[in-house]
Amino acid sequence: MKLWEIAHSRTGDKGNISNISLIAYDEKDYALIKEKVTAEVVKAHFKHVVKGKVVRYELPNIGALNFVMYEALGGGVTRSLAIDKHGKCLSSSILEIEI
Amino acid sequence: MKKIRIGGGAGYSGDRVEPSIELLEKGQLDYIAYECLAERTIAIAQQIKMSDPSKGYDGLLEYRMERALPVAYKNKVKIITNMGAANPIGALEVVKRIAEEKNLKGLKIAAVIGDDVMDHLDRYQEAVVWETGKPLKELDGTVISANAYLGIAGILKALEQGADVVITGRVSDPALYLAPLVHEFGWNLEDFEKMGKGTLVGHLLECGAQVTGGYYADPGKKDVFEPWNIGFPIAEVDELGDVTISKLEGTGGMVTVDTCKEQMIYEIHDPENYFTPDCVADFSQVSIQEIAPDLVAVKGGKGKAKTDTYKVSLGYKDCFIGEGEMSYGGPNCVARAELALEIVKKRLEMTAVQYDEIRFDIIGINALFAGPVSNAPSSPNEVRLRVAARTKTKGEAERVANEVETLYTNGPAGGGGATKKVSEVVSVASILVPKKDIAVEIVLKEVMS
Repeated sequence: MKLWEIAHSRTGDKGNISNISLIAYDEKDYALIKEKVTAEVVKAHFKHVVKGKVVRYELPNIGALNFVMYEALGGGVTRSLAIDKHGKCLSSSILEIEI
Repeated sequence: MKKIRIGGGAGYSGDRVEPSIELLEKGQLDYIAYECLAERTIAIAQQIKMSDPSKGYDGLLEYRMERALPVAYKNKVKIITNMGAANPIGALEVVKRIAEEKNLKGLKIAAVIGDDVMDHLDRYQEAVVWETGKPLKELDGTVISANAYLGIAGILKALEQGADVVITGRVSDPALYLAPLVHEFGWNLEDFEKMGKGTLVGHLLECGAQVTGGYYADPGKKDVFEPWNIGFPIAEVDELGDVTISKLEGTGGMVTVDTCKEQMIYEIHDPENYFTPDCVADFSQVSIQEIAPDLVAVKGGKGKAKTDTYKVSLGYKDCFIGEGEMSYGGPNCVARAELALEIVKKRLEMTAVQYDEIRFDIIGINALFAGPVSNAPSSPNEVRLRVAARTKTKGEAERVANEVETLYTNGPAGGGGATKKVSEVVSVASILVPKKDIAVEIVLKEVMS
């Protein structure tokens, strides 16, 4: 199934860094997304977008993961050539990942 | 236990105005904060101020204040906002004029100054720029603004002197919300656990409707009630720093555990170390619980000692971007868009247009996630090509944009709806400066007649 079935997400930005949350609708699914959605999986999924590293933070307190992706916004919000300079739409893309 | 009610009046400079007026009317608020200053906005405001020294504050300041001030005055709600942008004192004068016109006698308006460090940049030429990793003196481009992200100190001083309206330039977004809590509850500034809790409140509210069902709906999966009428958030905070988030009855949107979770994680990077000028907040122990429909309790914010530096955001004239777009539809539209891109590439080469970076998108296929066109799931009925390039001069940027437009008479069949745009890019660079270098002051005026 796609992550979209069990989780939701929101993207934020700071400079050239994108910050994507992944939140299990049901906290019982947190263990599953924690096991399946590693930093490596996310880095591979965004291979055309993210040039730098991906760091994963865990928030077991609310059943969520937070991915911080470096060199992810085409040089940063101000100078990016992308149509979505903030990378806001990336939150929808992460939910495409099959687990 | 004493409780304070704070409304989130705006999540960005262009945000909807009516929901905040409704909050002022019916929210039984003590405070409302308007967060209206994005990272780059202040640099653009600084340029406006250079051509007219009375300007350089938020473009919607008058529009918002004409509507908000009389209601806030009537209901005794204090307003805190960063709409001062590059000119908090200019903004103070505008607000004072509006208050006088509306006869809001006795209203006290304060401006917080000190964030603008443009005149002292010579001291920081060796400071390392985060974005480039090199010293500031090597930054390629003319610096046009330099503003420190101040903490709560100035707002606090204004509130202590009885200000009803506090207008700042650059301060951290959560500071707009933390300051009134510290003022009302008398929290010690070194009580970093409390600073962390107050920062969490600010972080939840600073993006307006993003915590009340805005930026949330996904039809069939995450349905939001009347999203055209979303109520802006209300935080009710007790003196221990625990908070409930709600919105006005009868408004659209929703406050749920999930809307609060999305906003809590938004943009924080490391949840244990969220850096602000007033503390390093820690959201890793937070618990979120629904206590009634549209009423959610958030507990467990923590914090650690603040650092001895401010982040300073520099705006500088960086480059130009030229972009052009053209649509193709019907059978074989993707192939025609690809041919059009090929034509533009060849033309730019033949005419020796100089650019630093270029990007070719087919909107509908790969503009958002930048994958190869061959990954397109199915054949769309329409696509739009887009070419964007970063150049050193305006002239080169125009040539890029024009090469898309000339596809009208020279390109593949059936191209339509061409647009072109050339913009000068003001970019942002960040450095750290010692807090002791910066004096935060306030200017306070009272409406007499």
